[in-house]
Amino acid sequence: MTVTETKPAAAPTVVETPAAAAPSRGARFTGAAANYIDERTSISGLVKELGRKVFPDHWSFMLGEVALYSFVVILLSGTFLTFFYQPSMVEVVYDGSYVPLKGMQMSAAFSSTMHLSFDVRGGLLFRQIHHWAALLFIAAIGLHMLRVFFTGAFRKPREINWFIGFILFVLAMAEGFTGYSLPDDLLSGNGLQIINGIIKGIPVIGTWTSYLLFGGEFPGTTVIAMFYSIHILLLPAILVAALGAHLLLMIINKHTQFAGPGRTNDNVVGVPIMPLFAAKAGGFFFVVFGVIVLIASFFTINPIWTYGPYDPSPVSAGTQPDWYIGFADGMLRLIPPGWEVVWFNNTYSFNIIVITVILIAFLGLVAAYPFIEAWITGDKREHHIAERPRNAPTRTAIGAAGVTFYAVLWAAASSDLMSTHFKVTIEGVIHTLQVLFFLGPVLAFFITKRICLGLQKKDREIALHGFESGRIVRLPGGEYVEVHEQLDDYERWRLVSYNEYTPLTIRPDADGRISGAQRTRAALSHWFFEDRISPATKTDVERSNQH
Amino acid sequence: MAQDDDGTSAAAGSAVVRSEPPVAKAGTAVLRSDSFENPGLPPHRLRVTDLDPKKDRVAERRVYTLFFLSIVGSVFAVAAYVAFPIIPGNTNSVRLNTVFLGLGISLGLLAIGVGAIYWAKNLMRGDEITESRHPTRGTEATREKAVEIFKLGNQESGFGRRTLIRNSLIGALVAFPLPAIVLFRDLAPAADPIPLFKETMWAKGVRLTRDPSGTPIRAADVTIGSVFHVIPEGLNDQKDRLEQKAKAAVLVMRLKPSDLKISAGRESWNYDGIVAYSKICTHVGCPVALYEQQTHHLLCPCHSSTFDVTNECEVIFGPAARALPQLPIAIDSDGYLIAQSDFTEPVGPSFWERA
Repeated sequence: MTVTETKPAAAPTVVETPAAAAPSRGARFTGAAANYIDERTSISGLVKELGRKVFPDHWSFMLGEVALYSFVVILLSGTFLTFFYQPSMVEVVYDGSYVPLKGMQMSAAFSSTMHLSFDVRGGLLFRQIHHWAALLFIAAIGLHMLRVFFTGAFRKPREINWFIGFILFVLAMAEGFTGYSLPDDLLSGNGLQIINGIIKGIPVIGTWTSYLLFGGEFPGTTVIAMFYSIHILLLPAILVAALGAHLLLMIINKHTQFAGPGRTNDNVVGVPIMPLFAAKAGGFFFVVFGVIVLIASFFTINPIWTYGPYDPSPVSAGTQPDWYIGFADGMLRLIPPGWEVVWFNNTYSFNIIVITVILIAFLGLVAAYPFIEAWITGDKREHHIAERPRNAPTRTAIGAAGVTFYAVLWAAASSDLMSTHFKVTIEGVIHTLQVLFFLGPVLAFFITKRICLGLQKKDREIALHGFESGRIVRLPGGEYVEVHEQLDDYERWRLVSYNEYTPLTIRPDADGRISGAQRTRAALSHWFFEDRISPATKTDVERSNQH
Repeated sequence: MAQDDDGTSAAAGSAVVRSEPPVAKAGTAVLRSDSFENPGLPPHRLRVTDLDPKKDRVAERRVYTLFFLSIVGSVFAVAAYVAFPIIPGNTNSVRLNTVFLGLGISLGLLAIGVGAIYWAKNLMRGDEITESRHPTRGTEATREKAVEIFKLGNQESGFGRRTLIRNSLIGALVAFPLPAIVLFRDLAPAADPIPLFKETMWAKGVRLTRDPSGTPIRAADVTIGSVFHVIPEGLNDQKDRLEQKAKAAVLVMRLKPSDLKISAGRESWNYDGIVAYSKICTHVGCPVALYEQQTHHLLCPCHSSTFDVTNECEVIFGPAARALPQLPIAIDSDGYLIAQSDFTEPVGPSFWERA
């Protein structure tokens, strides 16, 4: 630590060394290099601030890391791909190594992707790394969001970071869709055609939006170049900026931790960045990267050579988008026939309008949830303890309903595959899913809420009466009882340390009035908190010990 | 016990009471005085590597072995790049190249990762340390200073006082991005899209030809139960081949004339049970490529819209709202199928100005 001992008054080149032992050559070099950099950047302040910053440990905290690392893999592999790919829809005749497509007319985009896959060593590998990493990226973001949601880690002061994370999720899907379109193969072109159809169905602006997007009539000759700019420049720039803000806020807010002995709302218990967390997280980056490469080596993804170049006429059965777009595609399938009307010479395509509105409302609810819950509870305190899902039954139930809603739409995207695989009628599958669309979330809500309350009851029971020891004792009267053993303090703390809220009581304001907003809030508050299990307290335990 | 919004204490959820001013409202949270107290961190448990120097040395050996293994993997990847070249026309060579290159790279990566994590978990100091959190908001002094700075900024610039300067600046800032909106107009050609969306290549006398070869179809070749994927004659020579095809693709089927339900005005649109319908789904534009011979249903593979060919391709299932447009056909003097005219309505997905 020779650097820190340099006094401001001393000549900058003179570095005092501890007299005790002469440092080795390596240590002298490190010291000199650190000194050089610090005198020009003042970076020692940053090291002091962040070097021993504490990170709590839990397996679920890795989900965000997986997303981050797969994004790095996407950037690296994607950059390699840009060296070979040509974002052009100029028609060329294929003359590469893949025999079945030789002599076929196709766009330069498709041809260069074929070249990359069949003539460039490692090209196919990197295409598959890029695609698998993208799938992992979106999956990890989704799971990370669920983790944050179900543990209440979005509460104050993290509402804004939830929103930034939501933006990242949307950006990731947009990146996925634009990237999926770039090879200009039959399937991706078909996806674009669907997008074109959806855009045209939007009232007033649809026709012109489609016309401008495709540079004329679909498919046009410009959309690939446009998507390429969006995919490799515009969206990544926004994504990196949002990601930076996301991580910065995480550092400022510090990570949440699960309730446990020694862990409070005012401390962080965990391992320091230097060296333990850095080694684990850095190592984990290589593991994520390595696993993606391993998958990419053995499992084909998006075999465009079997689809062929885009042509608006052929399409095979069982066409599907990449899974993360599935929920939107599934909703398209659930609309019953005939939802279109003509009013005053304008066509209203309700089969498009309705799904657009529902999807925007769903995503809007996801984005706004932290603000809604904060308004209902009125709790303005900071929350740094990640809650166990059972301890917030209504929120967990809402989450389960949301997941069910998404799952129904997602399943609907495979309705034709379900009917062919399970030998049932396509009508049967769709009608079942239409019913589940309404019923599924409601059922999931009630079932989940009951399960949570049941688990809370069990926790309370164990905290009060201890757990069953398995030891049966015969009392002098001949009665058999099982001996309950009390928990130790550490175990009990896990069960009793959680927040509890009561339903809001409506009170008139200074003018003696009750506003509509107040009524809504009270109604929501009742819905949230009327069924609840209080955490066991010392008084409860004393009382239960008395009898 | 319940508190509403007027509650002031803020100790719920933790045993340690905050002392910073001002105390945040707890909303409807229940605050108790008889909660259990946080028992504090449980005692640290040492690992075997902390207790047994032999285990420590074993762990150390494992870590550097993994790092050496990583070097082996990376070198192997370089060797595989050379040893497994791609032989043109040989798909298997692509597979081998991908697998062995990938194996080398993933070994290089995974061994680093596993080694580092193993090192961290077994050899680095493993007990947990505690850091205290501070409220996210700045201290009162900092916040006062920030407010002061804004006040000074306002005073020294006169931003609040010189309202005309302020308002005109806001106006200018609103106006300056406006050119960006018009700049995007030329993404598309000058022509109005609506007539383009309403017409296709089909016209009186254009022959129906096979997709993709472009050979004309004799009516006699269309047997009952068969289906032809059809494009207009000359489409393959068009400069905007794909755009035209995306609108003009047609399916031709032959049914028993008695099976066809024909509405008034369409009696002459088929030729002896041969009917032609747009292949572009009226839902969102996928090609309606699947024909069920037994039921005479057309099925869109994208969203399962189903059309009944016997009933002028009315929608019988799925999200489509309108029947597939019918192309009126006839035969020319050589016996080839021709179009009588263009479609009588726009094909493909609906749009605002469609009607």
